[in-house]
Amino acid sequence: MATSQKDRVLIAAIGDEDSVTGLLLAGIGHMDSKQKPNFLVVDSKTPLPKIEETFTEFTSRKDIAIILITQQVGDEIRHMLDEYTQAFPTILEIPSKDRPYDPSKDSVLKRVQRLVGEGS
Amino acid sequence: MSGAGPRFAIFPTRMALTTMKNRLKGAQTGHSLLKRKSEALAMRFRDIVRKIDEAKRKMGKIMQVANFSYAEVMYTTGDIGYQVREGVKQAQLKVRAKSENVSGVQLPAFEMYVDGQNVSELTGLGRGGQQIQKCKETYKKAIEVLVELASLQTAFVILDEVIKVTNRRVNAIEHVIIPKIENTIKFIGSELDEADREEFYRLKKVQGKKKERLAAETAARELIQGDMASDDAQPNNLLNEYEQDPDVIF
Repeated sequence: MATSQKDRVLIAAIGDEDSVTGLLLAGIGHMDSKQKPNFLVVDSKTPLPKIEETFTEFTSRKDIAIILITQQVGDEIRHMLDEYTQAFPTILEIPSKDRPYDPSKDSVLKRVQRLVGEGS
Repeated sequence: MSGAGPRFAIFPTRMALTTMKNRLKGAQTGHSLLKRKSEALAMRFRDIVRKIDEAKRKMGKIMQVANFSYAEVMYTTGDIGYQVREGVKQAQLKVRAKSENVSGVQLPAFEMYVDGQNVSELTGLGRGGQQIQKCKETYKKAIEVLVELASLQTAFVILDEVIKVTNRRVNAIEHVIIPKIENTIKFIGSELDEADREEFYRLKKVQGKKKERLAAETAARELIQGDMASDDAQPNNLLNEYEQDPDVIF
């Protein structure tokens, strides 16, 4: 596992155009040898299977450490996020531009709150 | 018999009893160690949960700032999204994972680092360069927070799993293994006691038989002696029986 962790250096992003562009501007973008990007821009015309496929591809890639996904897109593939329990890569929901962040929807935060609720 | 609960299928001997007692001691030590581990992990876990909560809130704020600065860029330079996306070649911001050891559990911690030169993807843009740089910096900071949050989240997932496993083990030892060993010890004890009683009874019986036989023998001897005493007062000659034989003359 230690070796596979070493290879995980990339941050992937799935989200709306503006959020992804901002992240790419900061320099997370990467094209691999097959010209596959590590990001996906989702707009209103992007079909759901395409998002699901990309998500599955990112989670199975060995060089991605963190997947950033905007909450808006996250909502569309919520069932996949809820099922996702692997430690690597880490899925992180980020607030998107035109929607405020809602902590109660976040899969991980839900688990956090459940545990905190249990603990007290 | 105290074999009511489940017990190990072993032969009740003293050696097995010693082994079982050792195993019980081992199980108790293991139980207390695991319990301590689970407590340490739980403490860490709570810490992480609190940090995640904080970081998520912080993330909300910083992403807002970042988005706003991107809007500023949009305003000054127009849509650069296409250029930015097409200009992507190699990742400049990367993460590396370090691992931290918490009571035998490897927790990864991501760390962001800048790899390679600043790709001058925006050379073609005549105006608003400063805004773009500012936006870039803001996003970089945002990503820093996101990376931190990601490592916390990973730690959370891993710790969650490990705590579950540890608690399962603690409970298994407490509720299954220790009672089983105790049952076995009781069983061996009772079996051994029973064997002891049997042995004692057998010895008693043998002693009784011996006494009986001795009494019978003494009675018989006394009878014979009484007979002889009435016969003649002479000491018994061993050769008496042979005296009747006629003398052999050569």
